[in-house]
Amino acid sequence: MNLLERPLISIRAGGKFAAVDLKSLWDYRELLYFLTWRDVKVRYKQTALGAAWAVIQPLFTMIVFSIFFGKLAGLPSDGIPYPLFAYAALMPWNFFSNAVNSSGNSLVGSAHLITKVYFPRMIIPTAAVAAGLIDLMVAFGVMIVLMIYYSVGLTWNLLMAPALIVLIALLAVAVGMWTSALNVKYRDIRYALPFAIQLTMFATPIIYPVSIVPERWRWTLKLNPLTGIIEGYRASFFGRPFDWPALAISAAITTALLVYATCHFRRVERTFADIV
Amino acid sequence: MNVRPIIKVENLSKQYHIGARQESYLTLRDSIVKTFRAPLARFRRNGGNTIWALKDVNFGVAPGEVVGVIGRNGAGKSTLLKILSRITEPTTGQVDIYGRVGSLLEVGTGFHPELSGRENIYLNGAILGMKRSGIGRRFDEIVSFAEIGSFIDTPVKHYSSGMYMRLAFAVAAHLEPEMFIVDEVLAVGDAGFQKKCLGKMSEVGNQGRTVLFVSHNMQAVAQLTRRSIVMDKGQCVFDGATGEAINAYNKLRSEGAGAALNYRAESAVNSNYLARATVHTSARPGRHQWSQPITFEFGLRIRSPQRSLCFSFQVMNNLQQPVCHFWLFDGDLPYREREGTFTLRCNIPKFRLYMGEYTLRAWISESAGRVVLECIDGICPFEVTMEGVARSEYEWQPGHCMYIDDAVWETVEQVDNDG
Repeated sequence: MNLLERPLISIRAGGKFAAVDLKSLWDYRELLYFLTWRDVKVRYKQTALGAAWAVIQPLFTMIVFSIFFGKLAGLPSDGIPYPLFAYAALMPWNFFSNAVNSSGNSLVGSAHLITKVYFPRMIIPTAAVAAGLIDLMVAFGVMIVLMIYYSVGLTWNLLMAPALIVLIALLAVAVGMWTSALNVKYRDIRYALPFAIQLTMFATPIIYPVSIVPERWRWTLKLNPLTGIIEGYRASFFGRPFDWPALAISAAITTALLVYATCHFRRVERTFADIV
Repeated sequence: MNVRPIIKVENLSKQYHIGARQESYLTLRDSIVKTFRAPLARFRRNGGNTIWALKDVNFGVAPGEVVGVIGRNGAGKSTLLKILSRITEPTTGQVDIYGRVGSLLEVGTGFHPELSGRENIYLNGAILGMKRSGIGRRFDEIVSFAEIGSFIDTPVKHYSSGMYMRLAFAVAAHLEPEMFIVDEVLAVGDAGFQKKCLGKMSEVGNQGRTVLFVSHNMQAVAQLTRRSIVMDKGQCVFDGATGEAINAYNKLRSEGAGAALNYRAESAVNSNYLARATVHTSARPGRHQWSQPITFEFGLRIRSPQRSLCFSFQVMNNLQQPVCHFWLFDGDLPYREREGTFTLRCNIPKFRLYMGEYTLRAWISESAGRVVLECIDGICPFEVTMEGVARSEYEWQPGHCMYIDDAVWETVEQVDNDG
């Protein structure tokens, strides 16, 4: 047996800071794939409607919203049919809220893995977000069908959609990773999270357009990183100009959150097995 | 010559805050309230309610060595394995590992009940650190080892518990790390499967891979390993030949149980019970010289005599295997007729069990063992020594056999008649 010159694994009592170990994350990329695949496979097992739920959820929310907010409350929709207007935002929003919710609970739900096997823990909340991407793809397909139904033409702006998907997924990873780590120590998160997500929906232009907010307060809305992304989706579907400054703010905040969440995660992950 | 170890453990310690157990359900509110009440409390955590699950553990394992880790519950074995598997971090000390480690603290980690056997093999393999291509290559081997055949595409929630365990172990057994860390996984499944697992483990050991094996099953430890580490109260109290390690472990266990050389029943447990037991050894109490006469003495308290009352006992070795069996089934025994306390003596003129440590298991039964009234295990520890038994060329070694009898040898020279 050829022995290595330097130890392959060195176990030391923890320092305060730990760099993000990209190499070991890369080594375990297949595990990320398998955990994502498991979540996707298991999600609609033993349901009568199966994957149809991925269509039903955003579609019915859209119908209900169109009746109450579009018809009864008469919210404006920037000249786009309200159902289409709402669905374009609900699609990324549903992905985000489901991803953050399942990601935030993922570590606690995987206690049996954390206490028995070593692997980079970041994979768990990340896989929970990645699994949601499949539903997002299905919802995306429905969006295309709806646009044909309402005969709204596709434009080149749609090419921005993949970038927007990456951006919202990263934002979900950042929030999910941070909350999942907090959740290990403070189980309050489990209750606070759905509540916080619900409130965030109203702080994000989903049922209403940004234009409804008075000009001088609009900047506060844009501090919410979701605003730039959701408005970006609408711009890419409906061929309207992108609000680049808003997108830049979203990207910057997402990056900052991601860096903070990874650092926090790395700092506390060493104690997961002891307290989960 | 000094072989560089594949794993080197130095001054390893792990401290747990006993309070931290409750803190796991600490809520945010509690935390905030506490911070305001005692702002410095966070920095004053060295209070009395901490325990050292591990304290200054040092050892090395050479490549290809198979080492057992034994100890009572709470001795720190699991904590040690968790640190070596990188699941939790040490408080102080360090470990260097010069190779890939596959650790098996449990079989079937991450199995999902809704997924099929096939899907779970891939998932579990990935969790244990196998590559997809590697799993694919060994897939057929895993399936045939698990003996699940056509159930491979059935969700594992429909498996019997035996099938489930077999599949789980099969995946783990086909890992190919340079070093294996195995915890108690053989304690599952039926006897036949346990034997198969044990076989697989010794195959792994024979392939020159390093194994660190934690178990309560002394027979398995004795079978698989030549060197063992005994842990007690977070410390490594013995490190050496497995035979001696098992003796050290048994000594710890009997200390813990407070086992005296003689047995005395504390209270009347049944209407008929074993009141006391003593072994009259040839040397001082608890020490017997090989081949000398020995007497086992038992006191029976009988309150409801019965026609079919029987008494028997076994001599157990340090692996908890029975090595001798003695019984008293004869018809006209007084305790079958009358109440009272009876002393039974069993004399063995030449007691020839080989050197080692033994205990007794005694039981009272009805109908020749078909109904057990009382069974008492691990009493009357005694040691057999080879002192005074001369053998000049070769020193007596523990564990060479279980029994030595008088032997008469004959040597006849063969005369060849080929012309």
